[in-house]
Amino acid sequence: MASDLFGVPADRITATSSPETLENWDSVQHLNLVLALEEKFGMQLSPEEIEQMKSIGDTAKLIESKLQATPR
Amino acid sequence: MPQEHNPANLRTEVDRLLAEGAIEAASRRLAELWRREPGSATAAFVGSRADQLRDKLPLTKFKLAILRSFTVEPIVPPLRAEAFAYGIDLEVHIGDFNTYVQDFVDAKSSLYRFAPNAVVLAVRTEDVAPELTHQFADLAPEAARQAAHRVASGYEQWINSFRQHSQAALIIHSLERPARPSLGVVDGQSETGQSGLIRHINSELRRIAGSHRGVYVLDYEGLVARYGSEHWHDERKWLMARLPISAENLLPMAREWMRFLVPLSGRTAKALVVDLDNTLWGGIIGEDGMTGIKIGPEHPGAAFQALQRALLDLSRRGILLAICSKNNLDDAMEALDKHPGMLLRSTHFAAVRINWGDKSQNIREIAQELNIGTDSLAFLDDNPFEREQVRAALPEVTVIDVPQNPAEYAAIVRDCPVFERLTLSAEDQQRTAMYAEQRQRADAEHSFQSKEDFFRFLEQEAELSPVSDLTLARIAQLTQKTNQFNLTTRRYSEAQIAEMANQPGWNIFSIRVRDRFGDHGVVGVAIAHDQGGQCEVDTFLLSCRVIGRTVETALLAHIAKCAAERGCRRIVGWFLPTRKNAPARDFYPQHQFELVEQNANGSLWAFDLTRQEVAFPKWVKLITVN
Repeated sequence: MASDLFGVPADRITATSSPETLENWDSVQHLNLVLALEEKFGMQLSPEEIEQMKSIGDTAKLIESKLQATPR
Repeated sequence: MPQEHNPANLRTEVDRLLAEGAIEAASRRLAELWRREPGSATAAFVGSRADQLRDKLPLTKFKLAILRSFTVEPIVPPLRAEAFAYGIDLEVHIGDFNTYVQDFVDAKSSLYRFAPNAVVLAVRTEDVAPELTHQFADLAPEAARQAAHRVASGYEQWINSFRQHSQAALIIHSLERPARPSLGVVDGQSETGQSGLIRHINSELRRIAGSHRGVYVLDYEGLVARYGSEHWHDERKWLMARLPISAENLLPMAREWMRFLVPLSGRTAKALVVDLDNTLWGGIIGEDGMTGIKIGPEHPGAAFQALQRALLDLSRRGILLAICSKNNLDDAMEALDKHPGMLLRSTHFAAVRINWGDKSQNIREIAQELNIGTDSLAFLDDNPFEREQVRAALPEVTVIDVPQNPAEYAAIVRDCPVFERLTLSAEDQQRTAMYAEQRQRADAEHSFQSKEDFFRFLEQEAELSPVSDLTLARIAQLTQKTNQFNLTTRRYSEAQIAEMANQPGWNIFSIRVRDRFGDHGVVGVAIAHDQGGQCEVDTFLLSCRVIGRTVETALLAHIAKCAAERGCRRIVGWFLPTRKNAPARDFYPQHQFELVEQNANGSLWAFDLTRQEVAFPKWVKLITVN
């Protein structure tokens, strides 16, 4: 997903990839990322949670914890 | 047999095909991926892969500028993916927040430098009419009315400005009325409440748009209503990112823009080809019979009536309807024309292919018969195998996917952007009727017991006259341009015709034909000259418009009779073959002329006027002018 959104091959994206290291991760793409995650995982992210998404690793941890918290 | 592709496999397959350079196949799989899994997540994938393909595919390039008072960026990826699926390579320019007035008014703005094909003006009521939203309660009624007037005038000025600098299409979002008016229920009781005034601004917008060419109003409120105002908005996204539309409604917004962009880019469908069984009616006519198929005002036939109503509406927009069905012709036609539940009848269809042959081939033939390209066709069939087969054989045809439930068919057809039109002409509304009439004429020809009945039906009149000042130019023109039904292909100028007319022994005739469909004008010429007791036909020609209905016999009969009256004993004529006049080759032998000579140039035919006459066709009324 990040690869598609930021236009970077998947093998170049790591847990530490962030707006500082990926050129295309601007505020617009950040919003697109939020929307894509919400759509794909069927969840709503609060402004506080979105604040926590400072890197790919942070984002993955956030999604995982939300998926575990809400049994489906 | 189409394979079941799941979206994950499709993504890898698209990349594999791209790596192999299989452009067409990659493009088709990419479009399929978007169809199966439309949404923000897939849009990014589709967008990046489409960008690799766009220069290699025959897509229609289209430049869209969006001027806005709110965040629209997340709508663009699904919009570009939708556009790709409809064959459009969309380039998007987004203006800065709330700079739309400057963008319109400044000739050097980034808007005009972008040189768009179309502009969307997406502005919220709160942003363009703040006094009528947050401050409404403080306004006296007169002040409120003036505020509404100022807003409408504002739009009028911006549109006028825009038109001075650009002829691009302009699509303006209408204003949303507040979900919770300032004054509560009393607001809805008068025309000058918040709702009333915003409604007034919208109707002014429509009036202003209508007075310009290429300016359209997008019914934003209607769109929001369809999806439900409560669910359309997302307060959190609004506060966070100034995005007033919730995530699941971004694609519907994009699709609403597509309803304008598709007709603007010309990627519309001119005709819809439909299946019959389980598409126009429930059940299979060949198995269930007239009493078993479901079509009528009650469930389950009602769903099919709803679809037929949708098709009727399409035909009122000038879209042609055609049938492609695997069935026995008689069974299908009986249901089509006799079943009381049908709203559509065979006369509503401009072309019909009911047989057991391959649908793709039938669809190609339908396109040819209607004289349109297969890329202007849409196809509706309940059977996914038929759909896939047509998609594979004719990727340029818009194949409409429908779910299992027939109750959803009508809405899906109505939502298809290839059927949208931005203007309707009177001709559009009559188009199907014109085709139906033409089919009837062709059918009439086939259904007559004999050709004579058809000829009688035509009620032809042939006006035969010697050349005059009025017909001189037309006669010369016909000798110059007629190639097919022309026995000797001799070309004459007006001067030459005039000189011939003055020479003794030369006779020049024109034939003018009228029939029940109208006046065809002067359509034929015969030039003959008498020499030594025989009349030689120098020129005999007819416009192909009137071939095959015995008009040629009428002309020949007339000149033969005149020759006999002048005392000629024989009438002779050459047939000089060319690459184009094969249609006239058998003319003389068909009229009992005998071959008297044959050489490298052609053949000479003769008819003995003392013993026979060329019979004038009984069903053609002869009018002679002296």
